[in-house]
Amino acid sequence: MAKVNIEVPEITGTTEVPKIKPDTMAHLETFRAKPEFMEALGFPGEMPENWKEKAIEAMGDLLKKYRSFQVFLDACVKCGACTDKCHYFLGTSDPKNMPVARQDLLRKVYRRYFTLAGRFFPKLVGAVDLTEEVLHDWYNYYHQCSQCRRCSVFCPYGIDTAEISMAAREIMDRIGVGDKYSNEIIGKVHRIGNNLGLPEPALADTLEGLEEDVYDDTGVKVRYPLDEKGAEILLVTPSADFFAEPHVDGLMGYGKVFHEAGVSWTLSSYASEAANFGMFIGSYENMRKVALRIRKAALDLGVKRIVFGECGHAWRVAYAFLNTLAGPFDFLDPNYPVPQHICEFTWDLIQQGKLNLDPSANDDMVVTFHDSCNVARATRMGDKPGGQFEIPRNVIKAVCNNYVDMPNGTIREATFCCGGGGGLLTDDLMELRVKGAKPRMDALKSVSDEHGVTHMAAICAICKSQFTKVIPYYGFEMDQIVSVHQLVSNAIILTGQNEGGDEEETEEEAA
Amino acid sequence: MSFLTVLVAALFYLAAVIFLTGVGYRIWLYARVPAPLRIATTPAPVTKGGVVLRMFREVVFFESLFKSNKLLWILAALFHYGLALVLLRHLRYFINPVPAPIVWVQPFGKYAAFAMIVGLLGLWARRFLIDRVRYITAPSDHLMLALLVLIGLSGATTTFVTHTDVVALKDFVLGLLTFHIKPLPGDPLLVIHLILVSVLMIVFPYSKLLHGVGIFFSPTRNMVDNPREQRHLAPWARKLEEENS
Repeated sequence: MAKVNIEVPEITGTTEVPKIKPDTMAHLETFRAKPEFMEALGFPGEMPENWKEKAIEAMGDLLKKYRSFQVFLDACVKCGACTDKCHYFLGTSDPKNMPVARQDLLRKVYRRYFTLAGRFFPKLVGAVDLTEEVLHDWYNYYHQCSQCRRCSVFCPYGIDTAEISMAAREIMDRIGVGDKYSNEIIGKVHRIGNNLGLPEPALADTLEGLEEDVYDDTGVKVRYPLDEKGAEILLVTPSADFFAEPHVDGLMGYGKVFHEAGVSWTLSSYASEAANFGMFIGSYENMRKVALRIRKAALDLGVKRIVFGECGHAWRVAYAFLNTLAGPFDFLDPNYPVPQHICEFTWDLIQQGKLNLDPSANDDMVVTFHDSCNVARATRMGDKPGGQFEIPRNVIKAVCNNYVDMPNGTIREATFCCGGGGGLLTDDLMELRVKGAKPRMDALKSVSDEHGVTHMAAICAICKSQFTKVIPYYGFEMDQIVSVHQLVSNAIILTGQNEGGDEEETEEEAA
Repeated sequence: MSFLTVLVAALFYLAAVIFLTGVGYRIWLYARVPAPLRIATTPAPVTKGGVVLRMFREVVFFESLFKSNKLLWILAALFHYGLALVLLRHLRYFINPVPAPIVWVQPFGKYAAFAMIVGLLGLWARRFLIDRVRYITAPSDHLMLALLVLIGLSGATTTFVTHTDVVALKDFVLGLLTFHIKPLPGDPLLVIHLILVSVLMIVFPYSKLLHGVGIFFSPTRNMVDNPREQRHLAPWARKLEEENS
């Protein structure tokens, strides 16, 4: 893959807070969505004449609908606790990438039109009229936020810039100003069922290929079923899992785990996407429409359980929002959480001793784990708070002998975003993606240098795609990124598998 | 009755009305706006009791700020704890007879004024010294700190330097509370102190001081982490469901 010519930050192993350099990223404007793609999502195709009034009206509407938006716009005291927390600020030095400054782009307009102080003393409180320049800043800088919520962990009032950036994108969409990447993708999901626009025959073909690969590898017929009515489990996974590397190795792993668990499962061509970019653009309606596909697929196929594959923001929508958007799921088996994460599923089996694992299969690696932002700060796995950190690590440690964590302050709830989340995984934002990855690259370099870490595992399709693309800029190799279930897939010994299986057969024959 | 007494009394009543109605309106507004999606910043408590504990740690110990920035936490703690003690000490002007805990707190409240002022000056210095904080500072942020510092300095001076007639002051305050206005001691520093406090009360509901209210309504902090167990549906989202289904 061709590298774009970007001034790549130097990595040292520790991330220093840079001096601010205003407007270093002001030029970066992601492509706009064409009118037809805007209209397909229920937004105007072009900016109306009275776009300012419409934007203020939209802001007023969201203030009535979202308590987070109203409270977060009021509560900030400009203390600066968040100013050194955003990976995009740390990587670009642009002060408008500091969370508070990013929020202020919207807050200063809110203050002008919705507060007494801003109406009467705009200069004093830093309130401004909505102008084309302000809108331009909104568009550029709200598309330089990956909605990772790291700032919300450190804010004394829990102000979450993700909420502000989602609201900003919704306001812009409502005046016909949307970004191409997210909006075209959502359109594809509405039309076809997944982000990549893969129709049913293409999916079936891919899955057949996987069955052959696994058979060639192991001599065991592991099935990767599609649209199978009456299966017990519906697996919903990001469509990148069907073809991208290292994603597809993870999908192979899920299939092997289900096979060993002895449960029937199926993918759905109608709901062939775990991702839900409706969240990125802050559109409840679009997010709901995408989520309802999963409900319909579960009903049509008559499944008893829903399990989600490795995807960060998808797990947020699934864990935290699915019940609200597309519930109630009273038609599913009440003995299992709805939905379940594949890591929860696999960890349960490991604990029950139902998987025959050989961790030495991964002895060529020293593995570390990248906590994906949405999983870490917006969801849970298992019963206990923090299970989203422990369960994936437990799974990795069960299938790998060499595991090392990256430094504190860069993992768990303080994890750094990969730099490509929140609907920014597009080539026209490559400069931002490379620079935004810097804090994670620093952390990876530190464990590579000190502990000889060779691979970084992730449970998010966006993280995996982003890293494989940007880590070469920092001197790493793209195949250093692995799926967690790829590691599982390597270590799992299937019942009746070639190597290990041969001996058993011999013994049986001898007996 | 002097003109000054009437002026300060009137200002105080006005400030009290604006403060109470303004803050009351905000509380009503925040409580009324729905929170359609579960957005607790995780790991989050899975029970209501856990959320109460989380909010307590946040409001009393500034837990998130502690994670974020130790120096800022120290300055914020000096100011807020100092202010809290000073306010407790001031209750002796509002209650008769003075309850024992308020008597005990007097010496602490007296010197807490210094903690409060030092904290404020430190917070103010950050707005000049740290480039990131300088960038996000608006004129109103400086004015707010100036107002609080002046309140602290004028109050501390009446205690440590000029000694206001506190008996007459208490008569005045109790008079305000019972709507029987008594003469205000003619100490210029005291008058300045009272006027500044009134200004603070008036500004409160229209400024960033609302963080004191907002924190209790912050969905990332006050939500129980139970979306899989319980279905949450905002009224406007329910309407959407009825329309489309």
